Amino acid sequence: MIAELGLFALWLAAALALLQSVVGLASWRAAETPLATLVKPVAVVQGLLCLISFFSLMWLFYVTDLSVLLVASNSHLDKPMIFKIAGTWGNHEGSMLLWVTILTMCGAAIALFEKRLDKETLSATLFAQALISLGFFAFLLFSSNPFERLNPAPPVGAGLNPLLQDIGLAFHPPTLYVGYVGLSVAFSFALGALLTGKIGPAFARAMRPWVLLSWIFLTIGIAAGSYWAYYELGWGGWWFWDPVENASLMPWLAATALLHSVAVLAVRDALRAWTIMLALVAFAMSMAGTFLVRSGILTSVHAFAVDPERGAFILGLLVIYVGGALALFALRIGSVREGKQFALLSREGGIVANNIFLSVILAIVLVGTLWPLAAEAMGDQISVGPPYFNRATVPIGLLLMIALAVGPMLRWRTDDGARLRRLIVPAATAVILCILLFVQWPEAGFFPILALALAAGLAVASLLPLVGRNMLRIPLMTWGMVLAHFGLAVSIAGMATESGWSSERLAAMRVGDEAKIAGWTVKLDMVKPVAGDNWVAIEGRMAVQRGDDKEQMKPQARQFFDPVQQTSEAALLTRWDGQLYAVIAPVDAQNYDRWQVRLWWKPFVTLIWYGAGLIALGGLLALIGRAQLFPRRRSSTAESEWARA
Amino acid sequence: MTGGSTRSGWLIWLPLAVFAFLGGMFLYGLTDPKDEYVRSRMIGQPLPAFSFPAATDGIAGLSNKDFTDGKPRMLNIFGSWCVPCKAEAPMLEQLHEAGVEIHAIAVNDKPENVATFLAEHGNPFTRIGAADMAFQVQLGSSGVPETFIIDGKGRIVHQHIGDIRPEHVEGLLDRWKAAQ
Repeated sequence: MIAELGLFALWLAAALALLQSVVGLASWRAAETPLATLVKPVAVVQGLLCLISFFSLMWLFYVTDLSVLLVASNSHLDKPMIFKIAGTWGNHEGSMLLWVTILTMCGAAIALFEKRLDKETLSATLFAQALISLGFFAFLLFSSNPFERLNPAPPVGAGLNPLLQDIGLAFHPPTLYVGYVGLSVAFSFALGALLTGKIGPAFARAMRPWVLLSWIFLTIGIAAGSYWAYYELGWGGWWFWDPVENASLMPWLAATALLHSVAVLAVRDALRAWTIMLALVAFAMSMAGTFLVRSGILTSVHAFAVDPERGAFILGLLVIYVGGALALFALRIGSVREGKQFALLSREGGIVANNIFLSVILAIVLVGTLWPLAAEAMGDQISVGPPYFNRATVPIGLLLMIALAVGPMLRWRTDDGARLRRLIVPAATAVILCILLFVQWPEAGFFPILALALAAGLAVASLLPLVGRNMLRIPLMTWGMVLAHFGLAVSIAGMATESGWSSERLAAMRVGDEAKIAGWTVKLDMVKPVAGDNWVAIEGRMAVQRGDDKEQMKPQARQFFDPVQQTSEAALLTRWDGQLYAVIAPVDAQNYDRWQVRLWWKPFVTLIWYGAGLIALGGLLALIGRAQLFPRRRSSTAESEWARA
Repeated sequence: MTGGSTRSGWLIWLPLAVFAFLGGMFLYGLTDPKDEYVRSRMIGQPLPAFSFPAATDGIAGLSNKDFTDGKPRMLNIFGSWCVPCKAEAPMLEQLHEAGVEIHAIAVNDKPENVATFLAEHGNPFTRIGAADMAFQVQLGSSGVPETFIIDGKGRIVHQHIGDIRPEHVEGLLDRWKAAQ
């Protein structure tokens, strides 16, 4: 019954999306049509219906209704409750339903709260948004119905991929989805503005919170995914340049560029065409990412999501939306008035530099990700690995850091370079640190040392916009910018120390054996079998010690049933100066009484994720700053303060 | 971005052209049947030299010399700890009954476990060597189970990745016959 209710609500919502597209189109063409009053209620009701549908599915997972195919094939009676609930979106159909639900909720939010945009552009935006939801409704209803029944119902259910039975991962996909959907809202805004030709500060201000919101969620989602891969895959790395990781990184890069260029458009009415293009590219990247994950055309650790037929459907949507949008861009952008001019040495100039570097990194990642596919088309099988990505992106990333130190010190429109003198402090920090590091640890490598020194310089430079100002009068947006830039420096420092100063040790240990790594002594006390809800494992008990610091670590090699799979649960010991990372593998065939133990000491590795947290927090402050600012006045003092900064 | 020249002409169509190219590539990627597995670069190559002790009592160990007497064979790589290996046991039995001599390598295994495995799932093997996973990499093999067809001169002519299902038996027999 609940399944039918969910399906019914979904069909009704799809019908309303169709209605919204018609009404939106009509009221954009003639703003005074009586139909126009319909747009907003339709968008709101549509969002509510999707919410009902999504909660119906969640209920089915909650009670483990095995007569529903999706529940039967993705859940299990014995599964812990939190993972039963997470099972709602831990599969293709459910995650697409979540996607559509968030999408329509955003539509409802625009209809309810968007007051800055003129009526015509708002109608055109809602029209574009309805067209996008229609495609995804069709996708859900015709090829991925989450409410399909199964007759007869199986007794227990098939289970969930054990790699996914992890609390971090339960919330990683929805977080990314909010990010992707937020970008689709920006995409709709860009289409709306292209249709009406009204591309200016009002449009930029309307779009900016959505870009910020989606960027915050993308940042958190990517960081969480990276941490998941770090401790769950047990390979000791935190970024593998896997196609699916790249698929989430590319929209983030585009969104980061967009976030900066939309600020230029909002404050200075410049970079009009470029901002629109970035909004289109950002969503195109998230759709292409979804396509790459779901279609399985690239081999990846995320291959559990693969289905070529659905891939074809997503490709169809991708071609219609992105191809259509880019064609519309080419046709309409010629009639859009030029934005305001600015000098090369100005805040705008700095942001353009940021955009160029980010775009180049985006292009490098895109080429590297798709290269195997192109090579295969030419009859060659290759895979592009971390060496390419690291070699190509790291130098650009370092240039980006320098631009990032300089940019916030420049004034809008034109700058005489006077304030740049303050950069002497961070520059000196970077140079001195660089020399010291080279003298002390020449073996750490050129790029790690340079990156660490630049990160230190950037950390200092990122605080400079606060110097000499009344702290209480600094708007939240500026705090947000400072915090995000500082967070990037922190994160890069973590990446640099991890790649330059990590130690690794592989040992075949008998019970009672000791291994030493980076000042730590690791003793294998015992190995015992343990069991969980739906797995058994061998667990190593290790006594680790560094000076007076004693601790126990318990890495596991787990064997899951239903479905059968082996995973390794790394044990992590976090200290202020880094993490000790231990993995145990089942018995070594040649020596039956030995256990393969892999140990890493990763100095300051946690900075990578703390930094990402600071970046997201910076975004949040900026978002709150915007929200506060908005009810008071359009171009309030805070906005002009921001403009002067 | 600020220059007037970018507003017209071919440049504004460039994003669409790039997208069309990528879209074409995606379409190709979808329609082209995909090799899901890593193929061994060893196909067509002679087996690397090896000599492994017996994996369990009562059955001989294995060396590469056991493949060079002019008779084509199969080489099955398995582990008693591997579930798909149990699933493919009846199919190996079928191949054995069809006249194929099958040698095996047990990977990361214990003698008593191999003995239990053979007792429970039958023994279609003539010889079983015990090896570690490092050897697998030399063979260009990435997991268990895998089954190679080796011609009479000890050259690898075919690699079957994953468990042998009922529908694979016919094809494997044909390839084995072709190696005669």
